[in-house]
Amino acid sequence: MQATITVNGEPRTLDLDPRTTLLDLLRERLGLTGTKKGCDHGQCGACTVLVNGVRINSCLSLAVMHDGDEVTTIEGLGTPERLHPVQKAFLEHDAFQCGYCTPGQICSAAALLKELEAGWPSQETADLTAPLAVTDDELRERMSGNICRCSAYPQIIAAIKDVLGETA
Amino acid sequence: MRPFTYERAAGVGEAVKRAAETPGARFIAGGTNLLDLMKLHIETPTHLIDVGRLPLSQIEPTAEGGLRIGAMASNSQVAGEETVKRRYPVLARAILAGGSQQLRNKASVGGNLLQRTRCAYFYDTTKPCNKRRPGSGCGALEGLNRNSAILGQSTACIATHPSDMAVALAALNAVVETALPDGTAGRLPVLDLHRLPGDTPHIETALAPGELITAVVLPPPPEGGQVYRKARDRASYAGGLASVAVVGGRIALGAVAHKPWRAEKAEAALAAGAAPAEAMAAELAEARDNGRNGFKIALTARLGAAALAEASGSTP
Repeated sequence: MQATITVNGEPRTLDLDPRTTLLDLLRERLGLTGTKKGCDHGQCGACTVLVNGVRINSCLSLAVMHDGDEVTTIEGLGTPERLHPVQKAFLEHDAFQCGYCTPGQICSAAALLKELEAGWPSQETADLTAPLAVTDDELRERMSGNICRCSAYPQIIAAIKDVLGETA
Repeated sequence: MRPFTYERAAGVGEAVKRAAETPGARFIAGGTNLLDLMKLHIETPTHLIDVGRLPLSQIEPTAEGGLRIGAMASNSQVAGEETVKRRYPVLARAILAGGSQQLRNKASVGGNLLQRTRCAYFYDTTKPCNKRRPGSGCGALEGLNRNSAILGQSTACIATHPSDMAVALAALNAVVETALPDGTAGRLPVLDLHRLPGDTPHIETALAPGELITAVVLPPPPEGGQVYRKARDRASYAGGLASVAVVGGRIALGAVAHKPWRAEKAEAALAAGAAPAEAMAAELAEARDNGRNGFKIALTARLGAAALAEASGSTP
């Protein structure tokens, strides 16, 4: 069936098998292989992309459900010439080893910054009604949907803190 | 995934009508639980009706001084909503204890209520499970039942309901609003939405075929502290071994039964002047150990007592 999805700023009208996940559409049909398939069950976060600015697991969503949506993948977040601040910070802080989870980590972190701005709480937020205090625990909790088997977690937190303008 | 057809519902009335008249149809909203189960061939709908874009995501005050939360509001939207954070913190806390941010961003309120158990035997299609294949038996009864129910089980099923959010809603006396295929609207307390397993664990809710949850209504919050506590194997992004929601003098337990479990015996004991630990002991007097889940009885007792102490302002 037909759906029009704007991917990284470009509207794409597609004829889709309803079974196609957003993840498989990106990788197999559109050639955007930056987004990774890890567990394919929403447990690892490697497939994280932004839909209308909000991070989701693209493996647990059907492409046909996104007719009219704007999807941003790691390829649309920044370019080698103009890196997104989170991409730049990941490079500077060596926030990866094998790199497989990295696109998901970066998309997740980019969305996290917006969620902090919007005042969305997490389970680590001590006072739900006070302005957010961005602690390491807050950042770890907010990144818990992204698994890194190389365990680059300390550098990932350092990179995010750097973007937030704090000393890592 | 098995092949299926897909349509996006144009309106609530049309969605429920189509669901009732189409064999093998299921609603899909966020899809985070349903698609996971479809990939594993545990859920095999032949038609999906996408209700995710229906205009049911508003969160608005009610005339009674409560809050109506549209069924399609995302879990994140609810947890971040000012009124929820201020007046219903137990609900925000419960939601934030579940899943990951990515999942909460996609999962709907209605879908959260209707998510299926995480029992390993329900997930393993090579094993018997009366919930997945009625009449095939229960693999968990004498199997790996470390995280099975301790309250309200039957010999047919010892699975638990996995929702955190529903536990808070149970303690808040929330009411579920629905739309029915005959065009009428339904209302039922969230405590009556889910069933105990009995002999028919595959029938999990009181909803009629085609009935769609349209909203959850919270009455004004009662006096007293609100607390949500959850014990689990990891500090984040893990299902509960036990959880407890305290709202004033009301207590609901999660991950211990086939439905969010309102601890009425504990509430009565508390009202009669019992200490938190005594009240929890009264509730758990009939809790059952199936071999590996016995530790959950002591865990739930302690978690409940700690939450009650915290809600009343004494040292947890």
